[in-house]
Amino acid sequence: MTVDARTDPMSAHPVRNYPKFLWWALGEATNGNLPFYAWMLALTAIALVGANAWAVQVVDGMIVTNMTDHVSWGLYIANFTFCVGLAAGGVMMVIPAYLYDDEEMHKVVIIGEIVAISAIIMCTLSVLVDLGRPDRFWHMLPGIGRFNWPMSMLTWDVIVLNGYLLINLHIVGYLLYMRFLGQRPNPTWYIPFVMLSIAWAISIHTVTAFLYCGLGGRPFWNTSLLAPRFLASAFVSGPSFIILVMRVLRITTGYTASPAPARLLIQIIRVAMTVNLIMLASEIFTMFYTGGSHLAAANYLFFGSHGRSGLVPWIWTAIGLNLIGTMLFFTKSALERSPARILACLCCIVGIWIEKGMGLIIPGFIPSTLHQIVEYTPSLTEWKITAGIWAVGLIVMTLLLKMMISVQKTREVLELHVE
Amino acid sequence: MNSSDSPSSPSKPPLPILSILDNGSTRRTALKGVAMTLGLAAFGKAIWPLTTIPENVSVSEFLQQHYKELTEDDKTAVFKRLAAETKQQYGADVTISDQRPIPGVKFAYAINLSKCNGNGKCMEACNKENNHHRGVDQSYIRVLEMSKGSLDLGKGTTTFDHTVPQDDKFYMPVQCQQCDNPPCVTVCPVEATWKEEDGIVVVDYNWCIGCRYCEAACPYHARRFNWEKPELSAEEVNPNQGYLSNRIRPQGTMEKCHFCLHRTREGRQPACLEACPTGARVFGDINDPESDINWVIKNKRVFVLKEELGTQPSFFYFFDS
Repeated sequence: MTVDARTDPMSAHPVRNYPKFLWWALGEATNGNLPFYAWMLALTAIALVGANAWAVQVVDGMIVTNMTDHVSWGLYIANFTFCVGLAAGGVMMVIPAYLYDDEEMHKVVIIGEIVAISAIIMCTLSVLVDLGRPDRFWHMLPGIGRFNWPMSMLTWDVIVLNGYLLINLHIVGYLLYMRFLGQRPNPTWYIPFVMLSIAWAISIHTVTAFLYCGLGGRPFWNTSLLAPRFLASAFVSGPSFIILVMRVLRITTGYTASPAPARLLIQIIRVAMTVNLIMLASEIFTMFYTGGSHLAAANYLFFGSHGRSGLVPWIWTAIGLNLIGTMLFFTKSALERSPARILACLCCIVGIWIEKGMGLIIPGFIPSTLHQIVEYTPSLTEWKITAGIWAVGLIVMTLLLKMMISVQKTREVLELHVE
Repeated sequence: MNSSDSPSSPSKPPLPILSILDNGSTRRTALKGVAMTLGLAAFGKAIWPLTTIPENVSVSEFLQQHYKELTEDDKTAVFKRLAAETKQQYGADVTISDQRPIPGVKFAYAINLSKCNGNGKCMEACNKENNHHRGVDQSYIRVLEMSKGSLDLGKGTTTFDHTVPQDDKFYMPVQCQQCDNPPCVTVCPVEATWKEEDGIVVVDYNWCIGCRYCEAACPYHARRFNWEKPELSAEEVNPNQGYLSNRIRPQGTMEKCHFCLHRTREGRQPACLEACPTGARVFGDINDPESDINWVIKNKRVFVLKEELGTQPSFFYFFDS
């Protein structure tokens, strides 16, 4: 069955057929076996629980969270910070693939971009649920609202996060569509965006660090090491997460990739995590040796103060997990498809989630600016909403990954026919 | 996705793929449609609580513009609506007005720490004057009990519960310092808070989106968030209200001390100063050479809190010699 290129409507109207393609791919992505439907059903259930908890929070007020005027940001902003790192971490696949022309990485780089898209959606949701007045969201829209740009770092964050989402949606969509059509992607249509996405990935986490480190009244955050530390830890959590995703794909869909990309990611993690730990040690030294205002929060975080020690178990768990994860990453078996590698990824993901959230956002508020110690533990509502956000992110990620696999499988079948 | 592993060589004709897009197993599609419908219904049920909002949020509230963009007619309509809502929700008749800065006036505040004895009358007065939530004795002022011999805030406490004054202590009330370089204004993403010509930093409670970035940015813990709808009975409501000051704040928005601008811009003193039995508080126009506040700044050795942060407060402290 051969068709002339000029009579094939797909090549005649590639742009017009793009939405049709997306719809088809979504349809393919929602086909699956029983475990797939069970997974999606479970995620949907969690997302619905989160949506319900959020609706109650909007109506009853944020009193249903455990945040206070002392600790005025909590789990939502903590999770937001981590998800920004997850989104930025995917760039560690893009750089080898496009700047160093790593052929094997090139074949799987789209997975990193899909993880980034899902993570950005989680970021946006995390900020949205943190708003006291989500109904006034339009006040932030440039043009009809009042957008305090460039002064407010939050407006920068809105720009860079949405920009990063659009860039990645374009790259992923374009490459998948071209693959589907069996055409060579036109470099002018995506290479500039890939290059932009590299700079942009760095910017999302830098701007997010600037949100905190620009505040002179919060000595715990007010350090120029914050942005570099964010980036270093993102280049651990992002690649770790991607390695887990690739493993799950291999088990559930038989998706195969050469071992080289994962090995390269492990090498990157080894360097990034070491840098991260050095910077952490450097911060700890400066805080504790100097003493003074920077010490109060660090003291509370690591050892507790005035008989309050709510964050002590969190931070030591994080440090323990990060150290164990790092040591596992340095073992030889981490370079193979081994349980040690999976364990290392899990340790570092959880460790960094704590370190950036409960270990960084929360102690910025304890003690308060008037040096009162009011502790914080997330409420059930906050856990439900955060779990719901993760469920939505995982639903998006699952569907995008399945779209990718459907396109590849369809292509393979078609090509067999032609042979 | 690698461009180089793209399989079709230039010689091969493109493949027929449109037919794939049009194919679809109808049974599966129908099942998916059912699942989708069920999912949407469940989602609708999950966010059902949101349907109770319209009682609190009217369409005109939703569409209301930023304070600075309201015309005089807009303001009249908005204030009328807010008064009607207060009547409906709190059962109190109130008038909401819009006092503007007096040209040439710049307000400043000073506290004589030798006189303040920590009695807390200022906090009580603030709570009443500014229509604060009554459940938690909230006010815009925190009085720190400090150890003599140190200005280290870390050695102070706001939760003391004993007779005052204690011999080895002194007392330091902290409220909004009305900084000339306010970090809270800089960080606000929607310009819901700004500094007016007379130095007072105000909030448009109907524009604030409740992100609480300003609360994180303030070095003096001067900002508060309305975690829930303020509760107060009709008799407790102070009916003389300013749009940018003491009107009852909506749930989910920020609030802060505004130097009682609805009083001070009409030549009266702030409620906390009127209530202070020790005479520790001095308030006035710093541009007026005859004012008490001007005399204090010229003749006392005044200091400001956290001067090193560069916030340039309009709020001073001093001790009698």
